[in-house]
Amino acid sequence: MSDMDETEGSEGPVAPRRVIGTPPPTPRLLGSTAVAEGGDGGEVSDETSRGEHIGDETTVYTVPEQRAKRVEKIIAGCFTFAFIAGCGFIAAYVGLEVGPNRLGRGDSAVDAALRSNLALGLSLAITLLALGLGALLWVRYLMPDVEVVEERHELRSEPKDRQAFEEYFKEGASNSQFVKRPLVRRTLMLGTLPLLAAPVLLLRDLGPLPGTSLRHTVWSPGRRLLVDGTNQPLTPADFSVPGTQIAIVPEGYEDDADALTKAAVTLIKFRPGELDVPTTMNGSTLVGTMNWTVDNIVAYSRICTHVGCPVGLYEQTTHHLLCPCHQSTFDAAHGANVIFGPAARALPQLPLTTDAQGYLVAKSDFTQPVGPSFWERG
Amino acid sequence: MSDNFDVPAPLEGVGGWLDDRFHGARGFRVLMRKVFPDHWSFLLGEIALWSFVILLLTGTFLSLFFVPSMNDVVYNGSYVKLDGIRMSEAYQSTLNISFDVRGGLLMRQIHHWAADLFMAALIIHMLRVFFTGAYRKPREINWLIGVGLFTLGLLEGLFGYSLPDDQLSGAGLRIFEGVLQGIPIVGTYLAFFLFGGGFPGNDIVPRMYILHVLLIPGLLLGLITAHLFIMFHQKHTQMPGKGNTEKNVVGQPFFPYFLAKGGAWFFFIFAALVLLATFAEINPIWLYGPYTPVAISSSSQPDFYMGILEGSLRMMPAWEINGFGHTLSLSVLIPGLGPLGLIFGGAAIWPFFEQWATGDRSFHNINDRPRNAPMRTGIGVAAVVFYGVCWAEGANDVIAYNLHIPLYTITWIARVLVFVGPAAAFFITKRICLALQRQDKETLLHGYESGIIRQMPNGEFIEVHRPVNEEARAVLEAKTVPALMPAPGSEDENGVPAPSSRGALGKVRARANRAFAETIVVETNGHGNGHEVGNGHGSAVEAGHGGSAVEAGHGGDQASVGSPTAGQLPAGESPGDSSGS
Repeated sequence: MSDMDETEGSEGPVAPRRVIGTPPPTPRLLGSTAVAEGGDGGEVSDETSRGEHIGDETTVYTVPEQRAKRVEKIIAGCFTFAFIAGCGFIAAYVGLEVGPNRLGRGDSAVDAALRSNLALGLSLAITLLALGLGALLWVRYLMPDVEVVEERHELRSEPKDRQAFEEYFKEGASNSQFVKRPLVRRTLMLGTLPLLAAPVLLLRDLGPLPGTSLRHTVWSPGRRLLVDGTNQPLTPADFSVPGTQIAIVPEGYEDDADALTKAAVTLIKFRPGELDVPTTMNGSTLVGTMNWTVDNIVAYSRICTHVGCPVGLYEQTTHHLLCPCHQSTFDAAHGANVIFGPAARALPQLPLTTDAQGYLVAKSDFTQPVGPSFWERG
Repeated sequence: MSDNFDVPAPLEGVGGWLDDRFHGARGFRVLMRKVFPDHWSFLLGEIALWSFVILLLTGTFLSLFFVPSMNDVVYNGSYVKLDGIRMSEAYQSTLNISFDVRGGLLMRQIHHWAADLFMAALIIHMLRVFFTGAYRKPREINWLIGVGLFTLGLLEGLFGYSLPDDQLSGAGLRIFEGVLQGIPIVGTYLAFFLFGGGFPGNDIVPRMYILHVLLIPGLLLGLITAHLFIMFHQKHTQMPGKGNTEKNVVGQPFFPYFLAKGGAWFFFIFAALVLLATFAEINPIWLYGPYTPVAISSSSQPDFYMGILEGSLRMMPAWEINGFGHTLSLSVLIPGLGPLGLIFGGAAIWPFFEQWATGDRSFHNINDRPRNAPMRTGIGVAAVVFYGVCWAEGANDVIAYNLHIPLYTITWIARVLVFVGPAAAFFITKRICLALQRQDKETLLHGYESGIIRQMPNGEFIEVHRPVNEEARAVLEAKTVPALMPAPGSEDENGVPAPSSRGALGKVRARANRAFAETIVVETNGHGNGHEVGNGHGSAVEAGHGGSAVEAGHGGDQASVGSPTAGQLPAGESPGDSSGS
């Protein structure tokens, strides 16, 4: 670098190359390494000719023509390459069918989509890269390197302009009689007042009022528990393997997302003695003596009391139910009380019994609101 | 410099035709000559801008095929694994875009990656602006617009990735609804009005759609336009450097330089996004399946920019207050509104707080080096750490799984770290800043260590110090020392407290002012007398040491001085050098 050569000159031949940790020669991010220091005294690298003043605020370094010719060819190469890749993109679009049209080739829709994605994406990326590279080389090596010093003007207006504005404003305000006639002014404000409420008012019919809808679910006495997925009812004997949990939906609402959002249930089978029946509190409700379980099978709301994710993970050795969203952890053996995480309440328990055919049914609806807390919950 | 050529007649004709009607020649000449300073960090905001353009392009394509409806359909299409499955039309149309529309998968993935890049670039750009103090007068409004863009971007992203109505996004939406419900008094109503009743209802997808494709992009477009025009009008800030002053702007003109560079940058960003979309699968909704409220998968993660919300929800202990027939769900309310409120609210009031605390009302067109504003840099790093802890906690299950650390342990670490981390980061950063300032001062006074060891005639080895060059000197000297207000509780000889430090608020202000003013003072009035402040070591604060406009025009004076010589160094400060010359 010429910059180093000059400063090291006085040191004689022992001058080393740049030592790591010492400042680099005058940095310039883009453009050539020439230093825009004005015509006299400025170092000029071998890559550019001497700077030329345009006026007294612009410094220009032009690229030697021989070098420019070479760069020009490279840039043209980039753009040509972009053209070819762009043609490849069109070819990929026309040639690689997806969806039903690709059937008959004997491969899956996913393969076809991924193949098309690869061909289209690669050709498009190459086109864009080549265009970008060409443009970058162009501005960096073909355009003369210019450094312009521009003056910043004061943002604040001249005092006389401010004053003129103020005067004009006062004059206009006074002509409008807005200040002078309070009756007009105040009735105008009064007149617009109801309009301000309109935007809020018009949004009223976006949805029904909550009412008590968050307090109850579709569970009712005698409604059968169906296994999610197969939608089959089950007897205690069908669910006799301890340590497992299954997702349950209410009969008649198997595919009703609105109902399931509140009514989804987790069913867990315990070994005899594992379920803490005599002392179980579900939240503040004593449920142990109420006989809400059937044959060591217990049903808890599947909806987390934190913000409503399904509590889908069950660890059978510890009897912990875990919500994968925010890791609220509930102890299934002890009334699903919270043992970790942000949920503040136990999962509500669904009272169970069996119907005449021996299928598991709900004894009643949940006795407390399921899902996330809300202001009116109490 | 330029070879003159004739403008083609048609072009000249069009230009003339337009000028006849719009009188644009003068204005456009000014526009074309507009100078833009060069610095790599000035390109960060441009990444966000170009990502937004790409989002508009790809989003328009997607909207031609997407069906924003929650009507139930039974799928019978190209993706045979979901044959016969009930799903919403929104999910079905997203499958169709992925598998039945040529380029559909590519556009979907570019769109999603571009959204992530948009938010990432926005965050990094805001950090750059913050740490360099580029938000200072006269640019406060543009900073506020930036905060607004960030907020809108979060919402736009959330609604966008929720549209396909897949299992993952449905769970995210449920969390959003649960958080809404947690807002006291109005929460339940807000949720019911937004969702058209209970969750999920049939309205949320079409409603999010119109918000996502019209309302929020419209606001974003308007704010981005305003952001750019204000930046253009006020002229860009520049980094400290030789010849750069508060009153000038040094760089390259818009036409053709900035135009060509911006164009190249656009192509590179677009290419990077296309490469990501080609090789890095994102949001493969066909693997997640349609949304049902019963199912969930482990390791559910939102997009990265929602991670702070997710993490703070996970971190929060179970606090809830019940009474008077109402429930105040603090375990939702605090994490739902607290961290983002702190970040956005803090960012919004910061420029005004800083002005208030420093008493600095002057214009700033030269950026600060972060080290030269230890208080600001410290607060900024503390905010980054706070954000980072919340964000990482949002993936606590993934961290637990991969690092084999118990899940609850990670949450407990996060609960502690979210308070301790920022405090420690603030303290450490501030000390580092002051140490770097001290090092700068050393470099100014004694030159830099050249790495050359020289033996003296008496056998002693010394390292040669060299004076820094003009460019580096200009950078090192570009430092504003905050003006000091009267100390808290200080009184004049009559026992009257200074007006600025009167009252409780005044005391707070005086205290904040002292914290801001802690700096290492370097004498910068001229060359070679640097050794006069040799006693200025430590963090001494000198009252009345100039206003913050002290540096204005200073760099310009130095520009005329030739290349640095050893003679500039104060005699005796660098024995090695004096022996060498």
